[in-house]
Amino acid sequence: MTDMQKLYLLVPLAPLAGATVTGLFGRKLGRSASHWITILGVAVAFIASLAVFQDVKAGHTFNGAVYTWLTTGDVRFEVGFLIDRLTVLMMLVVTFVSLMVHVYTIGYMHDDDGYQRFFSYISLFTFSMLMLVMSNNFLQLFFGWEAVGLVSYLLIGFWFTRPTAIYANLKAFLVNRVGDFGFLLGIGMILAHFGTLDYAAVFARAPSIAQDTVELIPGSPWLVITVVCILLFIGAMGKSAQFPLHVWLPDSMEGPTPISALIHAATMVTAGIFMVARMSPLFELSETALSFILVIGGITALFMAFLGVVQNDIKRVVAYSTLSQLGYMTVALGASAYSVAIFHLMTHAFFKALLFLGAGSVIIAMHHEQDMRKMGGLRKYMPITYWCVVIGSLALSGIPPFAGFFSKDMIIDAVRDCQIPGAGFAYFAVVCGVFVTAFYTFRLLFMTFHGKPRMDHHTESHLHESPWTVTVPLVMLAIPSVYAGWAYIGPLLYGNYFGSAIHVSESHDVIGHLREAITPGKIVVQNLTNLPFLLALLGIFSAWVLYILKPEWPAKIADRFRAIYIVLDNKYYFDEFNDRFFAGGARRIGNFLWRLGDVKIIDGFFVNGSAKVVGGISRLIRELQSGYVYHYAFAMIFGLFALLSLSGLIDAWFVKP
Amino acid sequence: MILGIPLLSLVIWLPIVAGVAVLATGGDRNANLARMIALVGSVLGFIVAIPIYTGFNALQGGMQFTELQPWVERFHVNYHLGVDGISLWLVLLNCFTTPLVVIAGWKVIEKKVAQYMAAFLIMSGIVNGVFMALDALLFYVFWEAMLIPMFIIIGVWGGPNRVYAAIKFFLYTLLGSLLMLVALIYLYHQSGSFSILDYYKLPLSMAAQVLIFLAFFVAFAVKVPMWPVHTWLPDAHVEAPTGGSVVLAAIMLKVGAYGFLRFSLPIAPDASHALSGFMITLSLIAVVYIGLVALVQSDMKKLIAYSSISHMGFVTLGIFIFNAIGTEGAIVQMISHGLVSGAMFLCVGVLYDRLHSRQIADYGGVANKMPMFAAFFMLFSMANSGLPGTSGFAGEFMVILGAMKANFWLAFAAASTLVFGAAYTLWMYKRVIFGAVANSHVSELMDINSREFLFLAILAVGVLGMGLYPLPVANIMHASVNDLLLHVAQSKLQ
Repeated sequence: MTDMQKLYLLVPLAPLAGATVTGLFGRKLGRSASHWITILGVAVAFIASLAVFQDVKAGHTFNGAVYTWLTTGDVRFEVGFLIDRLTVLMMLVVTFVSLMVHVYTIGYMHDDDGYQRFFSYISLFTFSMLMLVMSNNFLQLFFGWEAVGLVSYLLIGFWFTRPTAIYANLKAFLVNRVGDFGFLLGIGMILAHFGTLDYAAVFARAPSIAQDTVELIPGSPWLVITVVCILLFIGAMGKSAQFPLHVWLPDSMEGPTPISALIHAATMVTAGIFMVARMSPLFELSETALSFILVIGGITALFMAFLGVVQNDIKRVVAYSTLSQLGYMTVALGASAYSVAIFHLMTHAFFKALLFLGAGSVIIAMHHEQDMRKMGGLRKYMPITYWCVVIGSLALSGIPPFAGFFSKDMIIDAVRDCQIPGAGFAYFAVVCGVFVTAFYTFRLLFMTFHGKPRMDHHTESHLHESPWTVTVPLVMLAIPSVYAGWAYIGPLLYGNYFGSAIHVSESHDVIGHLREAITPGKIVVQNLTNLPFLLALLGIFSAWVLYILKPEWPAKIADRFRAIYIVLDNKYYFDEFNDRFFAGGARRIGNFLWRLGDVKIIDGFFVNGSAKVVGGISRLIRELQSGYVYHYAFAMIFGLFALLSLSGLIDAWFVKP
Repeated sequence: MILGIPLLSLVIWLPIVAGVAVLATGGDRNANLARMIALVGSVLGFIVAIPIYTGFNALQGGMQFTELQPWVERFHVNYHLGVDGISLWLVLLNCFTTPLVVIAGWKVIEKKVAQYMAAFLIMSGIVNGVFMALDALLFYVFWEAMLIPMFIIIGVWGGPNRVYAAIKFFLYTLLGSLLMLVALIYLYHQSGSFSILDYYKLPLSMAAQVLIFLAFFVAFAVKVPMWPVHTWLPDAHVEAPTGGSVVLAAIMLKVGAYGFLRFSLPIAPDASHALSGFMITLSLIAVVYIGLVALVQSDMKKLIAYSSISHMGFVTLGIFIFNAIGTEGAIVQMISHGLVSGAMFLCVGVLYDRLHSRQIADYGGVANKMPMFAAFFMLFSMANSGLPGTSGFAGEFMVILGAMKANFWLAFAAASTLVFGAAYTLWMYKRVIFGAVANSHVSELMDINSREFLFLAILAVGVLGMGLYPLPVANIMHASVNDLLLHVAQSKLQ
């Protein structure tokens, strides 16, 4: 094993070691030892990732097995790493955000009884996420995929005495399992048609089976690649919370805020986006799948943004914003602009983690009050938090020169030039979404930090800025939220950073023209007159009018458009539908099958029924054994007579001739 | 051979002799002595089984460590034993489970201790005999003998409705076995031998094969149990003491599936192919129908019993899709199910010993009082939901991949367990473990003691080890599975 390979192993194993030690011995180690051990593990992973990054930039990639998990038939399942430019970018994002969240947790979870358990979980999460992104095959991808789901489940239900938290974590796990159901079938199809689960081998064979078809429903042939891609994307829809499997993400806010930032904004939910980008050689072969992705992404981007407008819980606004932004990334994938999707994934990881941690800082100050209607005017009490949230909001709204502007603008550009069916709708959705995004983002900012304080006197008298463990991570995330856009757009998008890690066929290459020498400055100048930027400004302006200038208007508007408001407030009634139709339906069917099938028919009729028949017959026969000798003598005589006649009859019939 | 003693015989008879020694301690005055002998006997039983693993030549199909002695010469009945890559793991699983059951019943069983412990030891030896017998009559003797200790365990140490459950269990399985006996006698008449290996080479007409297959089917399907002959299992589990449930789930259910692999497929290959659609349909009904039924159970043991049936559906599905990954997946699933369902029943036992209730509604918020237990129970629940990294995933994954090779919709129906399995397991977990402390009984719960920690930790290591590194398990069975599949692919018709 070379030194570099040891380093690859060190990246996931350091957080795993931290998680194991604190998980098993956390109580004995105590609080500060637990957080230092886990922080050390993640810091080592981050530094090692930086070293790997330098190495990969120098042109070294790696694709090899760590160990063989299983061999069966002619298939070998391995656990292994694929280290290339896409992988290492994800490794950096994951370890950096995770490190910030670890530090932040010291402050946020300060008074919690489950302190050590929490650190163990988030380190375990970091390990799982790293295994997911570093995988070189579909099996390990699925391992990581489900493992992050497990940790998400454990963390959403971290406060397990709260009924809402344990409802939300079960819901999150099950909805994700619906996605994984598709994902696993996709993996199965890949093995059945490609004979391997190794990425490189699958990609190499993909063009040769590009025209193969399969008839899932007799008479309607589909391209194998299309079916595979759609099945894999169903997995992404679960993990990355795309419509209609988005329902779990808002509820996941029941978990502590640090994990909302780490898992439900920056990393785990982007696993689906990463997966599709990783599979670009497959997705490129199926326009149908890309169309499907465009439409799903467009729906998610726009309609989830609407829901952010009516939320009053500060975390839920950010959660719906995350859904909508994941929709943007998905649209970019559908438009074959995989590198743009990853670019937005990165900038979003920074500014969304920043917004969540900022919201968490507010929540600490408000003594775990999350209702924005009870906030207001926090600006003067918590200046660091305020300015960090301002930066995050500007980045999210797409105001130049903040990070989100570049990545979001590239998505809009890409989908505008895209020729795949569904692109028109997606373009409409992402452009409208810009206005809505700017509006809800600044609504949050104004309701929380501006205006008159609306909290009770006791809370107000205790308001103060959060401790350094909270503010330092905020500042550290605010820095890339400012500069990551213009600094990295060059290398990532026109500089061909990704090289062979992402494959785009020529007819789909919507961002190819950007490769002409163009500078970030030029993009800003060009876009200052474009529709999206104007819409963003309009969104901010509307929020200012409604929440600063005329605070009494929103209620009136809600009254005027009562029907729309109610539909939005009930989140399009998805939860009710799922609860009644799927959860209730499954229980009703289960009950019906049990009571009718098992209890009545099998047990009642056949098992106990035949026992009863046997019992009944024996009761009858028992009557014959009366105990009277003359009954038996009669039976003997009768029997003898019957037998004799029978033998006579047999002779007469058979023997005579 | 160890010290001149035939290894396989030792694995069978050592636990039985130990069981008799335990019985000899008599009444409950010597309960501690009985416990000690039982523990030593069961651990020795496991230790003597280890050389089967270490001495096994994985590159070779066929039977190894064979022993052959005439038994009833007049009818050509032999005392004929052997293991191959398929039975090896089942023997080890059985020997591994017995000490756990002894430890689990250590303090909990207070009445008729010697008899309780002896029943498990004797059963352990008998079940080893089932897995190693290569003579059909010897197999049948072990097969039927196996019923007796379990019948006693349920009937004596069981719950309030134990007599109904014990008789239902006994009659169900006995009726099934009788048809198998008819088939075996027919095969004896055809071949003049009771050697199972001779039956493999015996040419048979399609009609004969179908009848033989169906006769075996009744016997084995009841044991697996397959839908619709499964209803004895929930009752037996609910009434059985914890140890009984563990052995029932971990070991007894495996003999049915083993029977398909050892008898039905190689003896009646053409009928197996002809009836595979029927078998697959029943398996998928088990996966889906039983999965839904498990969802609405209010009794924890019943829920896990139904979940067992659903998981065993994967085993029969894997067997009847006739490809390497499916068959090996079925065997891996058997071993995994042995560990996971055993662990699940032990977890319910831990709770039952404290509150004497199996009703989900009587619990809630257990994690507040028993955090260590909650962590173990979480691990096993996740394994029961088929989470990657646990053994529960490996088998299901392989069978689903095998099914996908055969037909997309088979894999589709089977993979639905990803949702159902998680739903019924985690919903139960949520109601029992999570939440605020539900009542005053729960608030008095004590976390697991070192004895309980021991058996849960051993199983946790097994579940994780097999999930993260199933290669050694699968490697041993390749040659035997390959032989089996080649054999089944050859027609026996003339």
